Amino acid sequence: MGEKMFLLGDEAVAQGAIDSGISGCYAYPGTPSTEIMEYVQAGKAAQEGDIVREWSANEKTAMEAALGMSYAGKRAMVCMKHVGLNVAADPFINATITGVNGGLLVVVADDPSMHSSQNEQDSRYYGKFAQIPVLEPSSQQEAYNMVRKGFELSEKYGVPVLVRMVTRISHSRAAVVPEKPDPRKELKLPRDMKQFILLPSIAKGHYRKLLSSQHVFEEDAAISVFNKLIFSEKAKKGVIACGLAYNYLMENFPGGDFPFHMLKLSHYPVPEKLIRAIYERSEELVVLEEGYPFLEDMLVGMPAKDKPVHGRLDGFLPRDGELNPYLVGKALQLPMEEYREIPAVTVPRPPTFCPGCGHIDVYKALNVAMEEYGPGRVFSDIGCYTLGALPPYNAINSCVDMGASVTMAVGAADAGLVPSVAVIGDSTFTHSGMTGLLDAVNKKSPVTVIISDNDATAMTGGQVPAGLGKIEQICVGLGVEKEHVRTIIPLRKNHEKNVIVMKEEIKYKGVSVIVARRECVRILAAGKKREMSNEK
Amino acid sequence: MKTDIVLAGVGGQGILSIAAAIGLAAVKEDLYIKQSEIHGMSQKGGEVYSHLRLSDKPVYSDMIPLGQGDLILSVEPLESLRYLPFLKKKGWLVTNSRGYVNIPNYPEPETLVKEIEKIPNHLLVDADRIAREAGSLKAANMVMLGAAAPFIQVSEENLEEAIRTLFARKGEAVVEKNVNAFRAGLKEAGKAS
Repeated sequence: MGEKMFLLGDEAVAQGAIDSGISGCYAYPGTPSTEIMEYVQAGKAAQEGDIVREWSANEKTAMEAALGMSYAGKRAMVCMKHVGLNVAADPFINATITGVNGGLLVVVADDPSMHSSQNEQDSRYYGKFAQIPVLEPSSQQEAYNMVRKGFELSEKYGVPVLVRMVTRISHSRAAVVPEKPDPRKELKLPRDMKQFILLPSIAKGHYRKLLSSQHVFEEDAAISVFNKLIFSEKAKKGVIACGLAYNYLMENFPGGDFPFHMLKLSHYPVPEKLIRAIYERSEELVVLEEGYPFLEDMLVGMPAKDKPVHGRLDGFLPRDGELNPYLVGKALQLPMEEYREIPAVTVPRPPTFCPGCGHIDVYKALNVAMEEYGPGRVFSDIGCYTLGALPPYNAINSCVDMGASVTMAVGAADAGLVPSVAVIGDSTFTHSGMTGLLDAVNKKSPVTVIISDNDATAMTGGQVPAGLGKIEQICVGLGVEKEHVRTIIPLRKNHEKNVIVMKEEIKYKGVSVIVARRECVRILAAGKKREMSNEK
Repeated sequence: MKTDIVLAGVGGQGILSIAAAIGLAAVKEDLYIKQSEIHGMSQKGGEVYSHLRLSDKPVYSDMIPLGQGDLILSVEPLESLRYLPFLKKKGWLVTNSRGYVNIPNYPEPETLVKEIEKIPNHLLVDADRIAREAGSLKAANMVMLGAAAPFIQVSEENLEEAIRTLFARKGEAVVEKNVNAFRAGLKEAGKAS
């Protein structure tokens, strides 16, 4: 065992992967997952050049590159936030059909309560959908251990393994004791050179193999060290605590002396054997899980309907939002401490643009340029500039998913809302906006795309964006007419000039792009130098 | 023995440095620790907080249970009130009295003080003034750490050493400014009790 470390959950994942001998870490930044890659990037192994660790253009390219590394026999990890898995869903699901060569670990950080996200989707469903094992840590130490185990399972079963993190573990520090590192793998082609060719004739065989492995996955989950079943004499109630919820349960019973039967469930697929065992001994069940009622939903219909199953579906716990020790205690009908209310005077303090931010000047100019058309025509995207939705700007009308600003503007223009305008950041544009712009070019949509370019993936801490220094070239390359790719500098002194450029391009009945470029003030303040390439 | 602390402030006021200093000191004293942080969008001029849990027994939840916090340590008065549901009845509320006004509907200072004074165990500290007098307005967070130190179970010596470690990278002058701010805060707490 190594020396005790004090790590964020994300960092524990990264340390686990480094110690598992990964040769590559692939990711696109997204809260609460960003620090996994940042830790790998800062680590000694990575700096010595043994671990590939550049940010990818988006989660899909990250997942595919990781699969390619697995194909070549080496271990790879791919990390993203929960909504990133939507972007990467295609390679993710298909990687479960190809199977892996080197171990492949997919780490997804969910954000229940939507601290910094547009939804609170539960990635365990993706694991079930893909029919692969899912590991859900309840602590930072377990996150480390699960990453180590995850690579082992991935290679044992020949499939990717999913690790599901949540904000409260990702962004909380605790002591982690590392274990002896594994050596890095050598380059080694797959034994079956057709393994990764998903022609229907081959894919059918692979899929049957995956299906026939399901009972093995489940049997292993039933005896996993991460799952734990404790019977309590005379108890009538059973409690199942999944992942982080186990921590909140322990907070209420620090000695572990439960007055009920307890199943800790952190290794999926759901082992029916363990569920049956607790179900049969209990007169009723309470299910504690962070995120959606994933397990509860299965139980309500599964073993029998003659015993009550309580949880998020029947109001024992809130249907949405994060759990906490208080909610768990309440659901178990424990006497809970009373607590004070927040005084009415405590008004919210929403996030704001940093003083001097270039996005401010973009919106000030855009609001003037759009005056003649009236409100309701500006589609925006995911990033700091989403704050343009708040007063005093009130400048945008949508924020849905990465890249949707461009394509929604195209669709709205198709419907007759002309002009329609998109506002997107540089990193979001190269993540998922470029293909939409190609659609716009091909149909000569009357849309104006404003790329508010701050040379950074700023909201997640200023990572180097994939399109640094290449934005105009990309737009021209996609077919936007050169004279309608305009570059402006969003500064207060340029306001009048910028309004004129915007008015001209918005008036144009075809595709136009305005690149509003000024470096993120935070990066300037931090003195981080930006090289005009993605190289480290 | 345990100390459950809610650290509160506005993005950019340095509450994570406070958390890091307490964390280092607690590691030195071999305590169990959990420290949650807030990353992402809310960091930008918005409300930020961190839960810091120290104990001589294992700590489970990363979040402090409602009504069980021992201390709210806030670098800003409005923010100190936002986390009251976490504070136990006899818990301490230690806050900077100077507001960080970046919203149009920021409450009147007297209203805030009135609310803070409703908490039996409270300590209002003019951290901005004390920090300026100690040599650096930027070290107001360390003044607050000093003012709250008597309510935290790690020793003042270990906290001071943690501050030295934390700022060592930035040079001796920065270290001294922060240590001085910490000591001035400590003195202020001594005056109050």
